[in-house]
Amino acid sequence: MLEAFDATLLARLQFAFTVSFHFIFPSFTIGLASYLAVLEALWLWTGRSVYLDLFKYWLKIFALSFGMGVVSGIVMSYQFGTNWAVFSDRAGPIVGPLMAYEVLTAFFLEAGFLGVMLFGMNRVGRTLHFVATLAVAVGTFISAFWILSANSWMQTPTGYAMAANGQFLPADWLAIIFNPSFPYRLVHTVFAAYLTTALVVGAVGAWHLLRESSNDGARTMFSMAMGMITVVAPLQILAGDQHGLNTLEHQPVKVMAMEGHFKSYDNGAPLVLFAWPDMAQAKNLYAIEIPKGSSLILKHSLDAPLKGLDTVDRKDWPPVPIVFWAFRIMVGLGTLMLLLAVVSLWARVRHGLYDWPLLHRFAIAMGPAGFVAVIAGWVTTEVGRQPYTVHGLLRTADSVSPLQAPAVAVSLLAFIVVYFIVFGAGVLYILRLMSQSPRRGEQGPERGHPVRAAGITPAPQVSEGGN
Amino acid sequence: MVAFDLPTIWAFIIAFAIFAYVVMDGFDLGIGILFSWIPTGRERDTAMNSIAPVWDGNETWLVLGGGGLLAAFPLAYGTILSALYAPIVAMLLALIFRGVAFEFRWRDPGHRAWWDIAFSLGSIVAAFAQGVTLGALLQGIAVDNRVYAGGWFDWLTPFSALVGLCLIVAYALLGATWLIMKSEGTLQVRCYRLAFGLGIGTILAIAAVSLATPFLSAVYWQRWFAWPQVLFTAQVPLLVTIAAVVFFASLMRRHHYTPFLMTLLIFTLSLAGLGISLFPYVVPPKISIWDAAAPVASLKFMLPGALVMVPIILAYTGYSYWVFRGKTGHEGYH
Repeated sequence: MLEAFDATLLARLQFAFTVSFHFIFPSFTIGLASYLAVLEALWLWTGRSVYLDLFKYWLKIFALSFGMGVVSGIVMSYQFGTNWAVFSDRAGPIVGPLMAYEVLTAFFLEAGFLGVMLFGMNRVGRTLHFVATLAVAVGTFISAFWILSANSWMQTPTGYAMAANGQFLPADWLAIIFNPSFPYRLVHTVFAAYLTTALVVGAVGAWHLLRESSNDGARTMFSMAMGMITVVAPLQILAGDQHGLNTLEHQPVKVMAMEGHFKSYDNGAPLVLFAWPDMAQAKNLYAIEIPKGSSLILKHSLDAPLKGLDTVDRKDWPPVPIVFWAFRIMVGLGTLMLLLAVVSLWARVRHGLYDWPLLHRFAIAMGPAGFVAVIAGWVTTEVGRQPYTVHGLLRTADSVSPLQAPAVAVSLLAFIVVYFIVFGAGVLYILRLMSQSPRRGEQGPERGHPVRAAGITPAPQVSEGGN
Repeated sequence: MVAFDLPTIWAFIIAFAIFAYVVMDGFDLGIGILFSWIPTGRERDTAMNSIAPVWDGNETWLVLGGGGLLAAFPLAYGTILSALYAPIVAMLLALIFRGVAFEFRWRDPGHRAWWDIAFSLGSIVAAFAQGVTLGALLQGIAVDNRVYAGGWFDWLTPFSALVGLCLIVAYALLGATWLIMKSEGTLQVRCYRLAFGLGIGTILAIAAVSLATPFLSAVYWQRWFAWPQVLFTAQVPLLVTIAAVVFFASLMRRHHYTPFLMTLLIFTLSLAGLGISLFPYVVPPKISIWDAAAPVASLKFMLPGALVMVPIILAYTGYSYWVFRGKTGHEGYH
């Protein structure tokens, strides 16, 4: 029994580790693909070379992060079978087709046009190249659509029937795809991806503005990124609020853990700002609270009653401290993003966008904030679903493959070592590219590659002249 | 009747995805396997660049194979992957090294040699793991009460290791003949030479696996040698022989395209041979495609997607290959 638990815990750690690492890349490339499409469109429309330079600058970074997203994603598509065979068998009839549609409508689109996008500018001409960029950008969005639909179904399952052999049978596909939490999760996650990308682009722009405030490329990217954050950060807070209300309706236990509400409140629940939730004693230690704050946020009424974890069987509790803290990290960073949006808007109005070093330093510090917030949000929603894989229906302990702990432990260790080496190197290469300032006549990915799209090894200049 | 037809249709769709993966990523992996025999510098760069724009799309067929199996035959997906835990994880890790090397080797010239080794070893391990997976599947997987019931090293036998080694050789042949098609000069000459030895190796490998398979179980023996279907099954080795003869003749005459096309034909015939051995079992010896199939509602829901999207995917994949057609690096001299 103990051994089975260990293998399950290890399998969960392995999934959490590989999915968190994987999620970093798409949360950046979804936004970056759209940004590249916008840059190329602006270049085609205005003819200004700064947009083409920025396009090529970010294309090199896109190539690296997209590659890492692909290889870490393949791991995910097989891990359901290696570690979660019973889940695959039971939920496969519903989750599987959604993921199959993701492959068919998104992955091939992205992968098929990526080659043209990266290396094909000289071969297909501007318009077709823009079509390829657009195809990749649309592909990343379609991919988010399907995978978040599958994920949301595990959170708020609808449209199914149960078969005698324990499988979930699809009864109504529209109800499955557009399950209750899906629209909220999709909007919230896509906004998060846009914010993550804008924060990175803004930080890189700010970094180069500090060194050379007249750099045209740095000014353009900084201005575009801050504009994006100014628009999306407030929208994201609204979307997050709506998503939270939706969770309260369909997964109240998750909200109890997020709020740290061990007990029920009949007359207005407090907003716990900080605390150490102690699950054994079922109470918050060192709590700092705002009375009635939680009822105001969740019910829009000061005195509204809210149920707590005391109404829930202990075996259905998620790990409260993880959910509680992950949620606070996400909200805290979201608040800082809103602050950046406000400050940059003020700087723009006062014509100081390119000249306020403190703003630039703030933007640099916020560069990684999107990634941290995305992972924290993901942890909140996924750990908050525990102890179930399919909420309320299939327990995590009943989803796992018949695994031996040593096998999972060894593979987990292998994943950790390989991911840190490979993706560590990859992030280093990305940072190196970012540290170079954007220049006029920027070269695309094919430049660093002696042959690639056109030209034999020693003659990249010749090939360009030849085209 | 519908319940009978849909699993069969899906078995063919997934078999097609696996076939597409094997031949398309096969030449990518083959180039990785051969990397130690290709000198650093111009030749390696050309070899790498001949697949750089297409490898990602090629690898996506592996995701379709996995995702399709989960969707259409969830029981098979769960049991096969738990049974083959170690080789699958090894393959995934190897594919990571292989995949990132495409970009990393250009971004870090100081450590290019390291990433070339990662590219090569990643390709070799991935190919071996895929072969082992196939071998272990052929020898059968113990399943009890819808979950895998064997030990975690059941997959490792002389037979599965043999299939692993054979697949390395066969992928290397695909890689060599792909490069014959896409390169010129010294690299092409080198690949003609490599392809000759690898061609012999591949034929021997196919012969070894084909001879060993009927001895794994009486079922396979029946499939191949029972009268009168032997008249049908005998066509497979016959066609392989013809393809092999054409292959060697085309190498001698220094054809550019025929060696690759004949290798593709040999791969197609080998897959047909596997189909003869396995069908209708998806997890031999007990679980057939009908036992493992997802509910009709799942299979139906995906069918229009597959029937509409796969041809579209093939069309734009073809377009992408066409954009990068011709000899890699040739255009620079115009």
